[in-house]
Amino acid sequence: MFLFQQYDSFWIFLLVSLFIPFLAFSISRFLVSNKDGPEKLANYESGIEPKGNTWVQFQIRYYMFALVFTVSDVETVFLYPWAIAFEKLGLFAFIEVIVFILILIVGLVYAWRKGALEWS
Amino acid sequence: MEFTSSFSKDYVIFHKYAGPLGIIQSLADGIKLLLKEDIIPTGSNAWLFTIGPAIVVIPVFLTYLVIPFGQNIILANLNIGVFFWIAISSVVPLGLLMSGYGSNNKYSFLGGLRAAAQSISYEIPLALCILSISLQCERLPFDLPEAEEELVAGYQTEYSGIKFALFYVGSYLNLLISSLFVTILYLGGWKSSIPFVENFIQNISINYGINESFDVLKPVLDIFTTLSKSYLFLFISILTRRALPRVRIDQLLDLGWKFLLPIALGNLLLTASFQILSIN
Repeated sequence: MFLFQQYDSFWIFLLVSLFIPFLAFSISRFLVSNKDGPEKLANYESGIEPKGNTWVQFQIRYYMFALVFTVSDVETVFLYPWAIAFEKLGLFAFIEVIVFILILIVGLVYAWRKGALEWS
Repeated sequence: MEFTSSFSKDYVIFHKYAGPLGIIQSLADGIKLLLKEDIIPTGSNAWLFTIGPAIVVIPVFLTYLVIPFGQNIILANLNIGVFFWIAISSVVPLGLLMSGYGSNNKYSFLGGLRAAAQSISYEIPLALCILSISLQCERLPFDLPEAEEELVAGYQTEYSGIKFALFYVGSYLNLLISSLFVTILYLGGWKSSIPFVENFIQNISINYGINESFDVLKPVLDIFTTLSKSYLFLFISILTRRALPRVRIDQLLDLGWKFLLPIALGNLLLTASFQILSIN
């Protein structure tokens, strides 16, 4: 029907799964009356008035984790085809992959020692 | 299921009022949440706020597409199979970030960031372990890297009603999916672990002259085996979740990056070398 034939059920399933939350939201919206109170729309801060700006300063450690994740993710993507075609590729490819992983392990150890993986 | 097993541990008779075995309890909770008013806080980004929970839950639904419940009982036999799951579940941290940012609340924002950091930290060991499996099935010891996500209430504080329910639905479905994957990849899927039981049943049905019924019975058996194995794993997950204290966020991230990632890499190289040795 579409481009790849085996993915037909995927598209249909995607449509159904998009529909389910939409259905849930619609039912909620139609069934429930919205009563407005004075404080209802205010934000929650353990029962007191919200103080200060909403958007706090972004801490660098989130960025560090995301960066290490990106590098490792790209590494895994490169390893996928090797793992699938493993038998045909033989010993030489295995040695190459070990070298590849070793380079990335050096990077990971560097990041670790430098404190990129600390949550302090 | 979580309610019945956890409450039987705590001797709370909470579920007695809601129908036999408390099954209806979860349904009642769901319906109650459906009827709750949907509040969008002031100053929040209404679009992100609404779409966030949907994006968290949709990839989980989509993953059911590729799980085999029996020999050929699968909704879509994609030849990328399990990598589809890993790829689709990478969308979930995006939904978490949207929910956290979209609520106009600094604690939600922080909570969302933390939840996203946790999600991505555990994807790498998962992907590496799946790779090791594709090198050699059946050989691996039971090494599930993906800890079930603990709900950081932070990013959920501003959600009421059905959006809240969606988060819960998503996380429980995710738990179910992980159990199913573990069952299929590690515990042998739909093959019955009791030896010879399939032959036994086949013999019985042939002896009684109902040849065709075995062809019908077999998929049912397969599905039953898959579901019971994943039920076992689900039970263990829920039990550990209730029995152990919550892990601190930095302990959790340490565990993911410093312990599981080297082990997953080592596992990968180890299985690869075994395969090489067995080929030569």
